[in-house]
Amino acid sequence: MAEGNNGFEPKIIGFLCNWCTASAADLAGTTRAQYPPNLHPVRVMCSGTVDPVYLIKSLLSGADAVMVGGCHPGDCHYVSGNYKARRRMAMLQNIFESLGLDANRIWTRWISASEGPEFAAAVREITEETRKQGPNPLSTDWAL
Amino acid sequence: MAKSATLAVKDGKIRSSINALLADLLSKQVVEAVLVPLAHPAGNNVVQSLVTNPDYLEQADVFAPVMPVNAGRIIQAMTRLTPANKKTAVVMRPCELRALVELVKLRQAQLDNLYLIGIDCPGAYSVSDYPKYAAEKTSDDFVKAAWNGKDDPMLRAGCQVCEYPVPLMTDLTIGSVGQDLKKQLLLLASTEKGEELLEGLGLTAEEDSQAAAQRHTAVDQLLNKIKETREKFFEQTREEIGGADKLATVFGPCIKCQNCRVACPVCYCRECFFVSPTFELEAEKYLGAAEKRGAMRMPTDTLLFHLTRMTHMAASCIGCGACEEACPNAIPLLKIFQLTGTNVQKLFDYIPGRSLEDELPPTAFKEDELEWIGEK
Repeated sequence: MAEGNNGFEPKIIGFLCNWCTASAADLAGTTRAQYPPNLHPVRVMCSGTVDPVYLIKSLLSGADAVMVGGCHPGDCHYVSGNYKARRRMAMLQNIFESLGLDANRIWTRWISASEGPEFAAAVREITEETRKQGPNPLSTDWAL
Repeated sequence: MAKSATLAVKDGKIRSSINALLADLLSKQVVEAVLVPLAHPAGNNVVQSLVTNPDYLEQADVFAPVMPVNAGRIIQAMTRLTPANKKTAVVMRPCELRALVELVKLRQAQLDNLYLIGIDCPGAYSVSDYPKYAAEKTSDDFVKAAWNGKDDPMLRAGCQVCEYPVPLMTDLTIGSVGQDLKKQLLLLASTEKGEELLEGLGLTAEEDSQAAAQRHTAVDQLLNKIKETREKFFEQTREEIGGADKLATVFGPCIKCQNCRVACPVCYCRECFFVSPTFELEAEKYLGAAEKRGAMRMPTDTLLFHLTRMTHMAASCIGCGACEEACPNAIPLLKIFQLTGTNVQKLFDYIPGRSLEDELPPTAFKEDELEWIGEK
């Protein structure tokens, strides 16, 4: 699996909305879209259910980047879950920036169930960007 | 402008003049109870107390420079289940009032029958520092010195960089900023309830008084000066704690006692995630996690705890500094939470404790905002 950047393979944890992004991931699979195997998906019922604690825990225990995937704003299966997710993601990134931590390891993507190719492209983009950033310093520090 | 009256400072004594006013509230049956800081008989603390007998108000000391507990928490304990059934005046500092407003919005406290009396707050010392001060000086000395613009390095961390030393939301404000404290204090009614208090006390309230205008000007000057102080403070804080390495150093002394969470007036969850069974793991889970990186700090998840707490309550952080006061190992929590809190609040143009109408940022949303989140 090792390739590029001294064999560093980024580990990305993705929290994917059941109705949109997780379905898009299925579609990407069934249509045989090619994308790197670095994303570890966790299916959630709505991006609005993702408490920042899961993202922080991921970043502190081995993930090099985290992603939340939801329906496009306005299209939430539960009406407004992704709007709340959007505020939370903005808050989490803002806090990371204030503290001088890598806010660019926190990703959000709005991908609908029909956008299989977009899902594959998002995973490619996040994997490549993370590969450039290198390993997440928070994920290897034993003393945090 | 709101209606106001003046309170004569009798014989130049601020404390006893205020205490007489509070006693009047009870004896004239304007209210049936008063929540106010009373000097502890031991002389080493001044503690919020619920008073129904006006005789006890001789012990009241609203400007005593010590704040053992943020009184927002006390009102929460009192009114979470049912609102106050008797008219109760509560005398609080601006940060305590702001905490209370946040708690009301979080449905942890109820304002019915409460009369909010706020003071212009000259700050406070740590509970452990207070007896040293009290042995030599009085609260009258303290408030006079404070508004003369003297910086006091002994003040609690939160008070040193306090953004709002004047109340944002009250029924009645006991104004001391911009007043000739040898002569008078300003009683500024900002609501009907406030006017009701003035009326009940038999004080004539006037619109646009000169004293109110003086306070207004002085408050503006004070807040501008604070803005500059805070800019420097944020710059310094970013230097001190910015980046993973420095953050690890800052939280090095953390023992994960969670005192900061318990003392925080706006960290309100009845059942905290961090004391839930989520963190009760089998030995193999600990050993497995340790094996992954070769070593793992125990107790686990110290930084996770602090970062998560930040994401949960940064929007409502009022900067009272109760967290830092509660920390047994002097972690500069106030600095960290003020830096992150203020930035999050700016993001949503939100000032915690300003009004009951502003929606809590994490519970609300707008359709057209934050478009850069999720953008390719």
